[in-house]
Amino acid sequence: MAKKDAPPRWDRKMQQRLARGEAAALGELYDRFASLVHGLAHRVLGDERAADGITREVFAHVWQHPDAYDPKQGPLRTWVAGLTHRLAVQRLRATETAALAQGGGGSTEELERKVRHASVAARADYIVTSMPAPLRAALELAYFQRRDYRQTAADLGVTEDEARRRLRLGLQLLSTAHDAGAPGAPPGYGGAA
Amino acid sequence: MNEPNRFEAYDEHGGQDDWEGREKDEDRGAGKGHEETEGHGPHDTTPPGPGNGDGQGGSDGGAPGPAQNPDQPPRIPLPRASVEDTGQPLPPLEELPKPAPLVLEHPVLKSLLGAWALAACSPEETAAVEDHLGACGTCADEALRLREAVGLLHPPESLDLDPGLRTRVLEGCLDRRPPRIPVPEWAAPYDAETARLDALLRDMGDAEWHAPVRLRWFEADAATSRRTTVAGVIAHLLTVDGLVALALGLDDPLGEVTAQAPTPAARTEAYWRGSHFPPTRSVRAPWREQSHDLVRTVSFTGGGAGKLSVSYGDFELPLHDAMLDRAFECWVHAEDIAEAVDYPYEPPSPRHLNRMIDLAARMLPTAVAVRRQHGLASPVHGRHLVTAGEPGRTLRLEIEGLGGGEWLIPLDSPAAVGSAEHEVAHVALDGVEFCQVAAGHVSPEEAAAGQVGDREAIRDVLFAAASLSRM
Repeated sequence: MAKKDAPPRWDRKMQQRLARGEAAALGELYDRFASLVHGLAHRVLGDERAADGITREVFAHVWQHPDAYDPKQGPLRTWVAGLTHRLAVQRLRATETAALAQGGGGSTEELERKVRHASVAARADYIVTSMPAPLRAALELAYFQRRDYRQTAADLGVTEDEARRRLRLGLQLLSTAHDAGAPGAPPGYGGAA
Repeated sequence: MNEPNRFEAYDEHGGQDDWEGREKDEDRGAGKGHEETEGHGPHDTTPPGPGNGDGQGGSDGGAPGPAQNPDQPPRIPLPRASVEDTGQPLPPLEELPKPAPLVLEHPVLKSLLGAWALAACSPEETAAVEDHLGACGTCADEALRLREAVGLLHPPESLDLDPGLRTRVLEGCLDRRPPRIPVPEWAAPYDAETARLDALLRDMGDAEWHAPVRLRWFEADAATSRRTTVAGVIAHLLTVDGLVALALGLDDPLGEVTAQAPTPAARTEAYWRGSHFPPTRSVRAPWREQSHDLVRTVSFTGGGAGKLSVSYGDFELPLHDAMLDRAFECWVHAEDIAEAVDYPYEPPSPRHLNRMIDLAARMLPTAVAVRRQHGLASPVHGRHLVTAGEPGRTLRLEIEGLGGGEWLIPLDSPAAVGSAEHEVAHVALDGVEFCQVAAGHVSPEEAAAGQVGDREAIRDVLFAAASLSRM
């Protein structure tokens, strides 16, 4: 897995280079964030082409408005994730509303439930990829590899206390995906654009 | 493009863990279902079988009265069928002598909540926690919250981004806001190919980095090869791209290591020897950083740097051509890697492929002359030299497929001009096939080429193409 925690210096320099109109910087931005952006959009929309469309919109937005990002507000990665989330949820709501208007079955409540569900799922994905690596590793062992916490502790070379702590803390972080039900203001993303 | 295959390949090779995860996941699902059934007691389930077929007629449609969700139990419970009558296994005997319940303190129980939610505790601990949840409100709240959080864990989707998406996204951006500092057109193939290779590397497992790779090229008209690993190939690209970095005044990736000669092969061997351990996946970051730096630097200096040339030790290439050459090498070695780990890999975009073929075609006259000096190519017929700038005997190289075209290759001297009137031979082959020959991966004798005219001239040119290859 690539290094996730780029120093804030990288974020600031990237913003300056984008503002300067450096096409090479745009390429680097894409290389760093495309899979994050596409993955989140895909989780919300469940469709490859729609996710491609959101990816295009997100990078166009950053390229056209590099100043919209304020390094003081947090990492660029978080900001990009928030922007993606907002645009993807917007798109989902628009397509679902259109389907509803055309007489496709369902109710407004179902629509809202669907949007909320997609939104929480995407936020959860983001939280998992952004949480400290030791917590993620513990969750991966316990959940995907079906190791109990003692085996998890042994695999990670930590005490059983520490394994329990990591599992609990990881899930606590993950559970915040349910918070801030209103899309656009997820805690992890900060105030995006 | 065969995207579906690509996904399969990822599942097979990259996703061993995923598979296990998924299977285990199913186990888990089954396990949960079991628990729940047990929780309600097997007597509450309505067994399918004689005795309740008529009672549930409502779900067959056309039932009068309020719609009944077939999933929910009927409001008036049906008479219970005896388990013995259904032929289903009898419920297990409850209340076998249980081990003494575990007594744990509140802080310990609290600390177990995460593990409990993930079903990662011992049965005794699970029982102790569940016992505690009935009595402790705060723990019960947290337990519920954490259990819900477990439901949010998904196996990571191994989303394989369409490599073409990068070009489309970037072009869309640049249309909307033209760049003040563009990536030069001749650096675009390098930018695209390094990004494609990086995407291939991104999802590779640790073991795949050590998969054996055989680098192949032609030397003195004979196929040659050298064994290395996937990581070794990236180290090779890093050190040879370093020649361009050096020409641009950037740091030499060789660092303290000194190569016996400033050639691609010597530099690579020196780098391989210089590290105490065989290269690992950690070589990816410096390679990628350098490739980004190269694209960035040529964007700034590229415009006026037409005179800048890159030394390969034995020869030099203008910066523009060196960047094309590096793009070509990046693709060729990405193919080597993809083959080694059994991933599919596509050729470059037609536009970029065309530039790479053009570079090879432009290098052919010199390559023919060098082979002639070594007595490998047929001697010049009739006269000794063609005056510079004069038309001479010419081979028409016709490249088919996307990115193809026609090139007139002067045969007698690099200084001569190719001319349709002096055409003595005509070779037609597919663009990718031609690149395979130029990369030394397909022998000139085995290349699927349509040939008309002077057989010797054709042989000279195809062997000259193969001689362009190097480690």
